Amino acid sequence: MFNWISQVVSVTQFSIRSLPERKGSAAAALLGIAGVVAVMVGVLSIAQGVLRTMQSSAGDSNAIVLRSGADSEMMSGLGGDDTRIIAEAPGIARDADGAIASPELFVVINLPMRSTGTDANVPLRGVQASAMKVRKDFKLVEGRMFEWGLNEVIVGKGARQQFAGLDIGSGIEVGQERWPVVGVFEANGGLAESEIWVDAAVLQPAYRRGNSYQAVYVKLADRADFDTFKDTLTSDPRLNVKPMRESEYYDSQSTTVYNLITGLGTLIAVIMGLGAVFGALNTMYTAVSSRTREIATLRALGFRAGPVVISVVSESLLLAFIGGLFGAALAWLAFDGYRAATLNWSSFSAITFAFDVNLKLLAQGIFFAMLIGLVGGLFPAVRAARQPIAQALREL
Amino acid sequence: MKYLYLIFSNLKRKKLRTGLTLLSIMVAFLLFGYLAAIRQAFEAGVEVAGADRLIVRHKVSIIRLLPQSYEARIERIDGVDNAMASTWFGGIYQEPKNFFAQIPVVPEELFDMYPEYVVSDEGKAAWLATRTGALVGRGTMERFGWKLGDRIPINATIWGKKDGGQTWEFDIAAIYDGAEKGTDTSQFFFRYDYFDETRANGQGLVGWYTVRVANPDKAAEVASAIDAEFANSPEETKSEPEGAFIQGFANQIGNIAFIIVSIMSAVFFTILLVAGNTMAYTVRERTNELAVLKAIGFTDRGVLGLVLGESLALTLVGGVLGLGLAMLLVSMGDPTDGSFPVFYLPTRSLLLGLVLIVAMAFIAGILPALQAQRLQIADALRR
Repeated sequence: MFNWISQVVSVTQFSIRSLPERKGSAAAALLGIAGVVAVMVGVLSIAQGVLRTMQSSAGDSNAIVLRSGADSEMMSGLGGDDTRIIAEAPGIARDADGAIASPELFVVINLPMRSTGTDANVPLRGVQASAMKVRKDFKLVEGRMFEWGLNEVIVGKGARQQFAGLDIGSGIEVGQERWPVVGVFEANGGLAESEIWVDAAVLQPAYRRGNSYQAVYVKLADRADFDTFKDTLTSDPRLNVKPMRESEYYDSQSTTVYNLITGLGTLIAVIMGLGAVFGALNTMYTAVSSRTREIATLRALGFRAGPVVISVVSESLLLAFIGGLFGAALAWLAFDGYRAATLNWSSFSAITFAFDVNLKLLAQGIFFAMLIGLVGGLFPAVRAARQPIAQALREL
Repeated sequence: MKYLYLIFSNLKRKKLRTGLTLLSIMVAFLLFGYLAAIRQAFEAGVEVAGADRLIVRHKVSIIRLLPQSYEARIERIDGVDNAMASTWFGGIYQEPKNFFAQIPVVPEELFDMYPEYVVSDEGKAAWLATRTGALVGRGTMERFGWKLGDRIPINATIWGKKDGGQTWEFDIAAIYDGAEKGTDTSQFFFRYDYFDETRANGQGLVGWYTVRVANPDKAAEVASAIDAEFANSPEETKSEPEGAFIQGFANQIGNIAFIIVSIMSAVFFTILLVAGNTMAYTVRERTNELAVLKAIGFTDRGVLGLVLGESLALTLVGGVLGLGLAMLLVSMGDPTDGSFPVFYLPTRSLLLGLVLIVAMAFIAGILPALQAQRLQIADALRR
């Protein structure tokens, strides 16, 4: 057994030391694999970014109430009376001002994207003071809060970056009026950062919504209170609503985009991976065939087939590992944190997000590279080991 | 002829290597074709958009509605041929992933405005005779296996019914086909009169107008004239060509074109390395032979052509196979299970693919070919 292992080690060392002699084809295989991993990690990081934006929007013990039948705030509608009834439900956390429940109005406004100049449906949210209490991560980072009752707005960090005309001092055109931007806020990287916020009482008449809202966000006293809260609302004959945990709601919002990108990204990665396997096979077959005599000599000296197979496979795996590492690093440098905007189909509004190259993706990429290396090395290795020694020695 | 024979025999001598290189080139072009179809799906409609059509919507927000009375006012503007009102219904058939557009329209207006939606005369008559009737595109009919006369329940998300219900029922009265390959046959049109009478609120309000101008060259002027007509009113408008509107919408989803071009560049770069490396290897391996060829009278140019020809043959076979496979795969349906309104490989992309094949063959082959051309017979034979 020890003999076998020492054979493996020496043959592997041998083939890896001879790598520099084949640097052209080795580099081609390595870069090929790096390309596959970079594209795969890059595309999937878009989906991860959208997912992370949604997940960091959800408050742990928060719930959202929509009209039943509505899948998103955009489709929902709740009268002013409904929102008052909802705020009285049991389970909601309270402070000096009463229940922490935030009725909100959600519409979109046309604003040009900075990247293309074409219009995007930028979310515009009408809020009351309780909105900041429900979202514990809300933080004003520049300028000041808008004055209640005035037509001033504050904008999310992501929205300011992606859409034109949202810097402090400029303003948005709403019909005949111009609403000045007075502040910029952060919300832990969540969805709110894509939005523009204004006093709900200002937004209602501008969009002809009377005294109506679309959603009520509530902070529960305890996570476990959700069931009581939900049962009370769904059994109230005055209401026709659907309470959900925020985490559930945001998950459902990102499903379409996440599945689409992940599905396409995986498909592309698999097809590219196939191409890279052929490239790796080519490299390793070439490597093996240029060393036919060498390998035959080793076999004639008494080295067994196993170590030969392992040495070829490990060379291929080594190349794939370096290629994968390189590709993953490239994707991380190029894409991580890159900000972009897309359309959230469920709410018909723009969301801004940052590409998220996380450890899981990097590991996936390198694993995929190793898989390519394994397939690319195994067949040539078996061929090398199977060659009849006498014939191989005679070969030029 | 003798060149073809030589090229062929050279490719044959290392069958495995030739095969593997061929396969990797094939994969590159398969991906090229498939991604071209995906890009087409995302930007569907931009190309088939009517040059003579404008889209008029609310200036502040796409979700704000416009009065139906605007139709007559738009039609009175100089240079306007016809105007048609549409509204986003946004209903759900069974579950949200079965997405397709449902739009209430006036049937006669639709036939006039969109001649590319081909409907038989019986179909037109049947739709006009059925108040709850729907005109459904072939794509959606096939996607759900619907038949003429089927009653389709659709859950409203925006438009509740007067009776308090959320489920609207439609009878499929007619089917439309696309006049062109790129025509969107996923839409579901139903009658505005039924819509307006049944909806709980919003009577007399519509989502947007499609306007046909008499002279496409004057489209921009007509668009400004329409916006000027409604300026300083509570409901101001924004008019733009249909193509620009659709492009703007595609841009919101993301810069798909850019992402796809980036991926393709990475793929081609990779494959170029593989193919170029193979070519370089075959030339190095055959230094002797090439020298012999030169010694027996092949010109420098002839040898250059030989190596380039080999590269071209390899890329051409692989590339054409890849494009063919992409066509086959695309014709098998789209990867999102029917969410794309159109999914096909445009001829333009096929042609671009052929150009890329030649370009790739040249780039992969040129260095080894030049090397072969510069070979000094005496030196090379001595090696």
